[in-house]
Amino acid sequence: MARMKFLCDADRCIECNACVTACKNENDVPWGINRRRVVTINDGKPGERSISMACMHCTDAPCAAVCPVSCFYTTADAVVLHDKDLCIGCGYCFYACPFGAPQYPRVGNFGGRGKMDKCTYCAGGPQQDNTAVEYAQYGANRLAEGKLPLCAEMCSTKALLAGDGEIIASIYKERVQRRGYGSGAWGWRTAYRETVTV
Amino acid sequence: MTKRLIVALLALMLSAGGVAAQAQTQAPARGQISAEEMELQRALQGGRIEGRVSIPDQKAASLIQPEGREWRQFHNRTLAWTGGIAVLGMLGIVVLFYAIKGRVRIASGWSGRTVLRFNLLERANHWMVASSFIILALSGLNLTFGRYLLLPLIGPEAFTTLSLWGKVAHNYLAFPFTLGLVVMLLLWVKDNIPNRLDLAWLKAGGGFFTGGHPAAGRFNAGQKLIFWITVLGGGIVAASGYVLLFPFSVTDIAGQQLSHMVHGVLAMLMIAAMLAHIYIGTLGMEGALDAMTTGRVDYNWAREHHSLWVEEETAKARGAVAPPPGIKAAGAD
Repeated sequence: MARMKFLCDADRCIECNACVTACKNENDVPWGINRRRVVTINDGKPGERSISMACMHCTDAPCAAVCPVSCFYTTADAVVLHDKDLCIGCGYCFYACPFGAPQYPRVGNFGGRGKMDKCTYCAGGPQQDNTAVEYAQYGANRLAEGKLPLCAEMCSTKALLAGDGEIIASIYKERVQRRGYGSGAWGWRTAYRETVTV
Repeated sequence: MTKRLIVALLALMLSAGGVAAQAQTQAPARGQISAEEMELQRALQGGRIEGRVSIPDQKAASLIQPEGREWRQFHNRTLAWTGGIAVLGMLGIVVLFYAIKGRVRIASGWSGRTVLRFNLLERANHWMVASSFIILALSGLNLTFGRYLLLPLIGPEAFTTLSLWGKVAHNYLAFPFTLGLVVMLLLWVKDNIPNRLDLAWLKAGGGFFTGGHPAAGRFNAGQKLIFWITVLGGGIVAASGYVLLFPFSVTDIAGQQLSHMVHGVLAMLMIAAMLAHIYIGTLGMEGALDAMTTGRVDYNWAREHHSLWVEEETAKARGAVAPPPGIKAAGAD
């Protein structure tokens, strides 16, 4: 089985936000929630870079470690998913996540959070693959159809790569060797405790 | 002189800035350090990598926050261990104390006469705080330990239902709890100011080990301690809880993580303290529970545990029934 990862080549990302839009559309993500976002660091300064970021599907995921109801699980492809029927919306995964991936719809009074929502790597949820109930709760299940997450699939500059960690790392390495520079794999040290060495 | 000094300092700062800017442009890989170096640096410094986003949710501008890992360590290790040791340790102490010393009896026996210790308002307020505290404590403990203790027993669906109701209760009971703390402070603060008597009481160990009854006013040093733990500890726990109840209204994620840490540790310690309070108020001491049920305690109990308070109360009562000065009893002259 593959070990699915995301890799954003910040030297290619042009901050077009198409990944953000594609994700919202493909998964019918509710208003106010962004499973994926593009962050620009050093905006307007030399060395400006944009990085498309979502759940990184960490090795030893912090969200799963702190969840008080233990609603997370890791698939055979190493995708970190959660069961919304078990989630109580406590917000702990949000405190622990290094990437700000978990988000909550606002329901009820005060800070009453609804069920947590985050990137599913376009792999749906615990229900039967590609059913209406699965789509309503989690969005598309492209992985079950043999497709990769839409954000990476439609990236116009192919900055955002999704797929088996070793394969996307080798694609990135080749790029860096060819062009002679690369700012590295953002989030990899934090998420996977490893980096892409060129 | 000072002007020259400022000019010199400014010049120094400018030149330092220039050097830094130069160093930046000379750095490899198009002027910036690489992702892994930056991540490592921020992880070591405990800082966030932040940028700009073009979506309305400005919280999303934080790209990587390494503090999450520390919070995870806190929640899974520090809090669980502190809580476990504090709560189980206190339970152990209470059981041990009961096994060795048994129930503290009224030494001179029940007198049959009672004296009012807490009026209806005081009792009602106490039980409002107490009942909300118990549910707050249980639902809070459930978030830390339930996954390991309860979840394997009752299964994921039932455990989620329970935890969800626990969360709702925890959120809403915060309000009666806080209101009760304020009323408690107003009602009892005047009798809870520490004084020299408390030192003597503490020195005598409250009489728990030597058997005697050190003199005490309406509240002894132990009760004063419980009062201040409740009011101050509960106040901080409530304040840090409201920060979490209204996410991002007061502080950002770093502030919420810190609030949770304060909230968790103090709450665990308060639970431990309240276990001792509950024990001594019920099983641990004969005649003590009456103070919070009927509000009237046995006269002998009061004389043993709160000698000075009883003296005050009887003096007040004598004053109330004594004839006004200047009035002579019939046939006195």
